[in-house]
Amino acid sequence: MGQELVIAIIKMIVVFALALLVVAYLTYLERKIIGHMQLRLGPMRVGPHGLLQPIADGLKLFVKEDIVPREADKWTYYFAPVFDLVCALVLLAVIPFSYHFMVTRLNIGVLYILSIASVGSIAILLAGWASGSKYPILGGLRSAAQMFSYEIFLGFSIIGVLMISGSLDLVKIVEAQSRVWNIVYQPVAFVIYIIAALGELKRIPFDLPEAENELVAGHHTEYSGFKFAYFFLAEYAHMIIISCMAVILFLGGWKGPVLPGIVWFLIKICAFFYFFIWVRGTFPRYRYDQFMAIGWKIMLPVVLANIVATGVVMRLV
Amino acid sequence: MYQHISQYTPVLLFFVLAIGFGVGALILAYLVRPDKPDPEKLSPYECGIPPLMSVKERIPVRFFIIALLFLLFDVEAVFMYPWAVVYNYIGWWGFIEMFLFIVILLVGYVYAWAKGALEWE
Repeated sequence: MGQELVIAIIKMIVVFALALLVVAYLTYLERKIIGHMQLRLGPMRVGPHGLLQPIADGLKLFVKEDIVPREADKWTYYFAPVFDLVCALVLLAVIPFSYHFMVTRLNIGVLYILSIASVGSIAILLAGWASGSKYPILGGLRSAAQMFSYEIFLGFSIIGVLMISGSLDLVKIVEAQSRVWNIVYQPVAFVIYIIAALGELKRIPFDLPEAENELVAGHHTEYSGFKFAYFFLAEYAHMIIISCMAVILFLGGWKGPVLPGIVWFLIKICAFFYFFIWVRGTFPRYRYDQFMAIGWKIMLPVVLANIVATGVVMRLV
Repeated sequence: MYQHISQYTPVLLFFVLAIGFGVGALILAYLVRPDKPDPEKLSPYECGIPPLMSVKERIPVRFFIIALLFLLFDVEAVFMYPWAVVYNYIGWWGFIEMFLFIVILLVGYVYAWAKGALEWE
């Protein structure tokens, strides 16, 4: 028992440190890829090819003056970014990166991730409310409506996978895909999952809460310094989690020929990172009424029909 | 039973680590950074002009309707998770029961649509 705990703590620290590093370099990757897509070079000055840019950014935000606006509700204003970051980082505790490498294995892993992630959306609302300024409140309300709506579709799209694998344990879900990946059985659910994920992550084409030309920066307009960095870290940590969940639920997790499992896992989530950045470099932004209509009028009926269809097919086969 | 509880110990420790990092880094930054507030700097952002109205305005009722719909469908999803996990063992009856449940909720959904709760004009 004691030894297991020590191993768990070591794994925890490794995962935590790696997650922060990956999050930092995701921002670099994003700027670099978007730059090249727009025929620019992206960051080039700090270090070779700008490789030290994320560290410079982090240091800069660390020593920046921290402004608390006059109208702000001070405690909530401090609480929101920490809350957001914690809710994003603790999700990493249950992600199985390979059969052996995970911090802990819960038999309700999927529920844990969905529940903590939905608590995390409250942090955005709190941040908008606590700032005591117009744009953050509007941005916070918008993101709350957006994230709560798209969370439903995300949750429903997973149900088909759960019916096939018959477990909420992430390891068992991957093991059930030894022969065929779930994406073959659940292509509709996969598409809905990806669209809902873009909405949940508040990324282009659905970055309405942060639409620069109407809302300045949404809920983090008034935030500066390291508290601002927390929102960024949380956002990219959510991107990692969403990619990991997509790989585990639909693309066979660490399964793959020849290479060791963890390498396959990393290749698959990197493909997702690239996909999300690619989408950002390609699509324009939707209007808010269009965005809500897509969700409530198209995705919800489709995803419910998918569950019923999966149920019928599973009974007949 | 004890084994199931002990699975959660690392989760708890992860919470402690994450909160420690979050609060610790803020305190550290507080010690390092400059702090020179002035009235202009602390005024709420409003594209460079002095703030016009209070922020304690009324908010559109649409957001409240979305919250109600969220409750409705999220509770539905919560009922569906255990159903999905045991789906292989409950036969056609299990399917028909969930189908009826979905149909009942769809009636509410169609009503909400007809009443215009899903429109953002």
